[in-house]
Amino acid sequence: MLLASAAAPAFADELDDVMKAGVIRIAVPQDFAPFGSSGPDMQPQGYDIDTARLIAKGMGVKLELVPVTSANRLPYLQTRKVDLIISSLGKNPDRLKVIDFTSAYAPFYSGVFGPPSIAVSKPEDLAGKTIGVTRGALEDLAITKIAPSTADIRRFEDNNTTISAFLSGQVQLIATGNVVAAAILAKNPPVKPEKKFIIQDSPCFIGLNKDEPKLLDRVNAIIAMSKKNGSLDAISRKWLGLPLPSDLPA
Amino acid sequence: MRYHFDFLAVLEYWPLLVRGAVLTLVLTFIAIVLGTVVGVAGAYIRSARVPILSAVVAAYVELIRNTPFIIQLFFVFFGLPSLGLKISAVEAALLAMTLNLGAYAVEIVRAGIESIGRGQIEAGEALGMTRFQIFLHVVLLPALRNVYPSLISQFVILMLGSSVASQISAEELTFAGNFIQSRNFRSFEVYFIISAIYLIFAFAMRRAFGVVGRFAFARR
Repeated sequence: MLLASAAAPAFADELDDVMKAGVIRIAVPQDFAPFGSSGPDMQPQGYDIDTARLIAKGMGVKLELVPVTSANRLPYLQTRKVDLIISSLGKNPDRLKVIDFTSAYAPFYSGVFGPPSIAVSKPEDLAGKTIGVTRGALEDLAITKIAPSTADIRRFEDNNTTISAFLSGQVQLIATGNVVAAAILAKNPPVKPEKKFIIQDSPCFIGLNKDEPKLLDRVNAIIAMSKKNGSLDAISRKWLGLPLPSDLPA
Repeated sequence: MRYHFDFLAVLEYWPLLVRGAVLTLVLTFIAIVLGTVVGVAGAYIRSARVPILSAVVAAYVELIRNTPFIIQLFFVFFGLPSLGLKISAVEAALLAMTLNLGAYAVEIVRAGIESIGRGQIEAGEALGMTRFQIFLHVVLLPALRNVYPSLISQFVILMLGSSVASQISAEELTFAGNFIQSRNFRSFEVYFIISAIYLIFAFAMRRAFGVVGRFAFARR
């Protein structure tokens, strides 16, 4: 108990610090398109980078982007090298023990996708259909369990082969992440993968240190406003090719 | 460095292994039959110097023998549907394997045909045989006998090469291995068993074709 309170600087308030410094430091991914990657001009770009800009603008401070990997993003926050993590971070009980989360700002799920001409809305509808999936991926393990036995699951070596199989019509549907579906949509193919149903949902949240209620409220207010005024929706359309889902958890 | 082998973790998937092994053998057998027919027909066209057709066969042989098998397979599987010709993974594998073996067989059989002396053919003509009879009895059978060991080797290479069909989701032996490996992560054991099965198949094929040859090419 003593240790815990000693580790958390009781008097510091991160929102005050940020406002005083006039700059907010945000951890963003650099190797995870379309959330964060390097553009042709070597500048960071992506869903998370645009969201970071949105937050900084909403707070009226300058933005300092700190590139992180998925392995070091939590330590960066905990050692206060950054004020926020906007790095396609999913919420889970283990992480909740060490950091806090704002409301969700981006959809992240794996599901079954296919052209509008194929009517599928639940696993049972997969009967008699061919579904392409990357062998051994989360979607493979999940769809193998939930699909009826008459569903023809075709397993391919990697994401690109799975995508090729879908685009060439060798499979009718594709089970993959919404990010991969977005990457296919971005190429503007003749067969458009639209969402049929979700296999596993794990939306992205902004991470911040525990016991920072003022910062949490402020960021949540900006997210809520951005959802209302359509600026987050614009980011979703730009990077994922799809409108922002209305059911993102607050 | 200690590794605990757990072959049971792989063997509990034995129905998959059996299905995969059967598909590998079926694919190989059908492709051998069709590919050999292509090879003999092509070799006849080439050695008889049939105008135009001879050039077409030559181009086909060069194209197939100078491109990787996996590319030929992807071309058939991903390319043909774009042209409106949709075929399943197994059909695509079979077509690619037949085309591949056919090209190599053309060259192997042609070498056999060219090993037949001019005098043999003249002897056939002197006996009043038709051109077709001469090709069948005087040229083809002795030619095949001369190159039979090379053909068997090519058949075995074809069988081993069929493992590539796993890349287009044809559920043959390698696919079964990859699938099991993605479920239990026992890659060492999986590929140990898969290797053993391929090895047994290769030896068995050489044996079986050796026996077939002894009867087919018995001196009469």
